[in-house]
Amino acid sequence: MPEPVRLVDLAKTLRSKNAGVDLVTFDIFFPDPETFHRVVDSRALTKESVAQLFRTEPGRVVTFLELEPLRAIKFTIRRDRPSGSPGDSDVFGAQQYAPLLSVTIP
Amino acid sequence: MRIVSPNGHLGFAPTRPGSFYESLRHDPDFLIADSGSCDIGPGPLGGNTCASPREWQCHDLELMLLAARERKIPMLIGSAGDTGGNRSVDMFVEMIQQIASAHQLDEFRIGYFHSEVPTQAVADAIRRGTMVPGLDGRAELALEDIDRTDRIVAVAGSAPYISLLDAGADVIIGGRSSDCAVFAAPAIRAGFAEELAYYMGKVLECASFCAEPYGGKESVMGEITDSYVDVTAMHPDQRCTPSSVASHSMYERSHPYFEALAGGTLDMTECRYEQVAEKTTRVTGPKFAATDELFVKLEGSGLVGSRYIGFAGVRDEYTIRHIDDAIAWARGQVADRFGEGGYELHFHVFGRDAILGKAEFVTTPAHELGVVVEAVARDDAMAKSVAMTATRQLFYARLPQVKGTAGSVSFLFDEVLAASPAYEWTVNHVIPATALPGLFPTNVVSSLS
Repeated sequence: MPEPVRLVDLAKTLRSKNAGVDLVTFDIFFPDPETFHRVVDSRALTKESVAQLFRTEPGRVVTFLELEPLRAIKFTIRRDRPSGSPGDSDVFGAQQYAPLLSVTIP
Repeated sequence: MRIVSPNGHLGFAPTRPGSFYESLRHDPDFLIADSGSCDIGPGPLGGNTCASPREWQCHDLELMLLAARERKIPMLIGSAGDTGGNRSVDMFVEMIQQIASAHQLDEFRIGYFHSEVPTQAVADAIRRGTMVPGLDGRAELALEDIDRTDRIVAVAGSAPYISLLDAGADVIIGGRSSDCAVFAAPAIRAGFAEELAYYMGKVLECASFCAEPYGGKESVMGEITDSYVDVTAMHPDQRCTPSSVASHSMYERSHPYFEALAGGTLDMTECRYEQVAEKTTRVTGPKFAATDELFVKLEGSGLVGSRYIGFAGVRDEYTIRHIDDAIAWARGQVADRFGEGGYELHFHVFGRDAILGKAEFVTTPAHELGVVVEAVARDDAMAKSVAMTATRQLFYARLPQVKGTAGSVSFLFDEVLAASPAYEWTVNHVIPATALPGLFPTNVVSSLS
């Protein structure tokens, strides 16, 4: 059995960015099919787990996709308020991926 | 047909000239750049301003214009001046004329089109019973949404670019446009398959973001044929690889395989990627499904109010542990003076949860905190006064066991600063094109006028 490892150490790219004004989308790319399958099979990332991780309701996770050909996991969350509104702290949505860094893959 | 994309958002940060000049050695047929985005927030559209410095916009336009005129190839700019608003389009047309004059270029034709839709026209369409469905979970557009909207742009497809090319334009300055349609337009006009043309647009729109390793503002080149699209990185250290090109296809979009456009949907599910040269990846297999009814995306922004910003630092460990109590105190003092409504007050606690908000998972605050106090109100005087009250009252927050009683926070300066007015995205919807006649009016003017 492999040792548990942090998602950030398995991913090649891990990013967040606006997808339009109401959504933030998260892309996680893996370097090879084995790593991709290890993460997918662990079920550490699911629609429900990312909703929990980002402290939002599963209904606000508008897409959750495991993309085998791209060796990627992608999900999209609806913002609490449109980008750049008063009170918003991340106009581009570019730093919202941070909670993913700490996820541990068994 | 070969198209060079020198910059993923022209003007936002300067184009790097080295890879751009390298791209010219490949004999491109068109130089095309997208110059706008809703990513920059609602302020520039609502306030009719630019997010980019004029100097950088001029730098990028000059770089492209001189190369385009020297080679006698067309140059196309989409979503001019960050927003694609009418003022931005007119400003870019003027800049092109000024650069042409400064360099004494031979006369050429500048085509341009506007994308703004009067808010009244959208309101009238709603009153006539037109359904204006919301995108990304928004409700159908209501008249109340229009009431709090200052400016609306419609997002153009390839049609106005094609008609301006037909009219003989050498340079085209477009209003708000679908990023990939700007690049697809000349290829569609030349008879290449729509699916390949739109795919090429999709991959070129952000310039070097489709290459690796990461490096912004570098040129990339797309070549379209009857059966494939080749994408080539122009910076000496960058390559377009199957992985970099495929992964770019999902950038900034909620779904990796589908891109909605005016007139149809680009489907990238069956795309195949193949490295055909050191820096070139070949793409085959995109599909395009045209829709029967033409829907146009609308983006709208409205003023929320004037905005002032205060800043306070905290180093006392007790105050840090009780920062929410200090904020509650400041809020209470503002409410005592201004009441509960008529303004917005946000505290951004850097060093604890300013960036992630409720999603923050580190529950221990840092050993020092920076609190940005953001106040928004109907006019400057009130916004300033609310920001001032809240920031000063952080200083005077009465926490029961604090030892340093001279002041609860540190000040870099003791005033509050005028920030850009606060706007909000009020419209993110689609409307049937038939409900808004006369969208995207085109014009052609001389470079000498």
